[in-house]
Amino acid sequence: MIAILDYGSGNLRSAQRAFERSGAEVVVTSDRDIALNAAGLVVPGVGAFAACMRGLIGVGGDEIVRARVAAQRPTLGICVGMQIFFRDGDEHTEGALHKGVGVWQESISKVNAPILPHMGWNTVSITGDSNLFKGLGDQSFYFVHSYAAKKSVGSAQAWTTHGEKFLSAVEDGAICATQFHPEKSGDAGLALIKNWVGML
Amino acid sequence: MSLSIRIIPCLDVTDGRVVKGVNFTDLVDAGDPVEMASLYNSEGADELTFLDISASSSDRETTLDVVRKTAEQVFIPLTVGGGIRTVEDVDRLLRAGADKVSINTSAIARPELIAEIADRFGSQVLVISIDARRARTESGFEVTTHGGRQSAGLDALAWVQKACELGAGEILLNSMDADGTRAGYDIGMITAVRAISKVPLIASGGAGSLEDFAAALDAGADALLAASVFHFGVHRISDVKNYLSGQGYSIRTNATL
Repeated sequence: MIAILDYGSGNLRSAQRAFERSGAEVVVTSDRDIALNAAGLVVPGVGAFAACMRGLIGVGGDEIVRARVAAQRPTLGICVGMQIFFRDGDEHTEGALHKGVGVWQESISKVNAPILPHMGWNTVSITGDSNLFKGLGDQSFYFVHSYAAKKSVGSAQAWTTHGEKFLSAVEDGAICATQFHPEKSGDAGLALIKNWVGML
Repeated sequence: MSLSIRIIPCLDVTDGRVVKGVNFTDLVDAGDPVEMASLYNSEGADELTFLDISASSSDRETTLDVVRKTAEQVFIPLTVGGGIRTVEDVDRLLRAGADKVSINTSAIARPELIAEIADRFGSQVLVISIDARRARTESGFEVTTHGGRQSAGLDALAWVQKACELGAGEILLNSMDADGTRAGYDIGMITAVRAISKVPLIASGGAGSLEDFAAALDAGADALLAASVFHFGVHRISDVKNYLSGQGYSIRTNATL
């Protein structure tokens, strides 16, 4: 079973339907035990870094993610759900950085581009041995964000350029994350979700 | 590669039905929004926009159902506009499955609404739709209401600037002079708005020939919205994208998986 973590981050019904297309059973939940024990956990996220992190902590999601990382249980962060896996972020800060879950010890910062948000379909270039993008390396995915990670983490990466090059996906053992929205990326996104479900 | 330009068909919806149906023979029911959305998705639409033209609140409730059904079956971004006056209206649409909302008259009436929506849901959900025309204002363009029939008493460029300061995530610029003419987008207006805004710009109004789409992109539009040329089968979305691809623009090719 796949659990989509519900911590007040927008509508998750269409995300649920997109993951169900893979054939898996999918629940949207904020229940700690279900989220801890699901075969796969999806951590979505929209809005600002700090607000997302507050919501996540509100349902104990930071501890759930850390526990799943420690146990190497498959976990997928999407968009700001990817960003809050990092050590910290500088979105709307006056000095001190907002702390993330800290799965990866790098920072999230503003994308250096003339037009923001980076909104629309963009391509990826893969480094490392990717399972997530198997058969999908030449596809486009749907992005909506103004902040991103710029440094490499994990064992396989996807990179995308908008003004500058940033990290658009990470695979690190059982932990994966995408800066784009696979659940909004048409057939390419559904295929990527299927790849992820196949890895569970 | 870089960010692709977006082609966005716009569907007018009321009481759960598409008002201007498509002229395609392969559709069972051209008035069914979900079927229309699926068709445009398979044609290569990069996003979808529903404009709710309902006159009554009961019809608006039906629109929520349409949004729900579409979002559960078509997995590309969906923007919904029309009749949105409060943060609660936005909340209902996002919960139904819309990814973005577009507001127009209600933002003119109460600009703080822009900040309220952006603060609550983030700028990325908010498209500011502006119906503008050429006029003797400071910039030469003014904002209109009532489908272009009335002046809002606002300079268009000043309004764009203010909307961006308040938290607009995207600008949808409709030329009321060009709308429905199929004589081309208002290139001067797109250029002027592009020069003062740093958020994505969607151009609308006047699309006729394939060259028109390219001209709007050259003027600085990031995305192109059209209704009648697609609905009446003047062009198919795939034709527009193939043409633009041939001209060297970055377009998303539909996944064949």
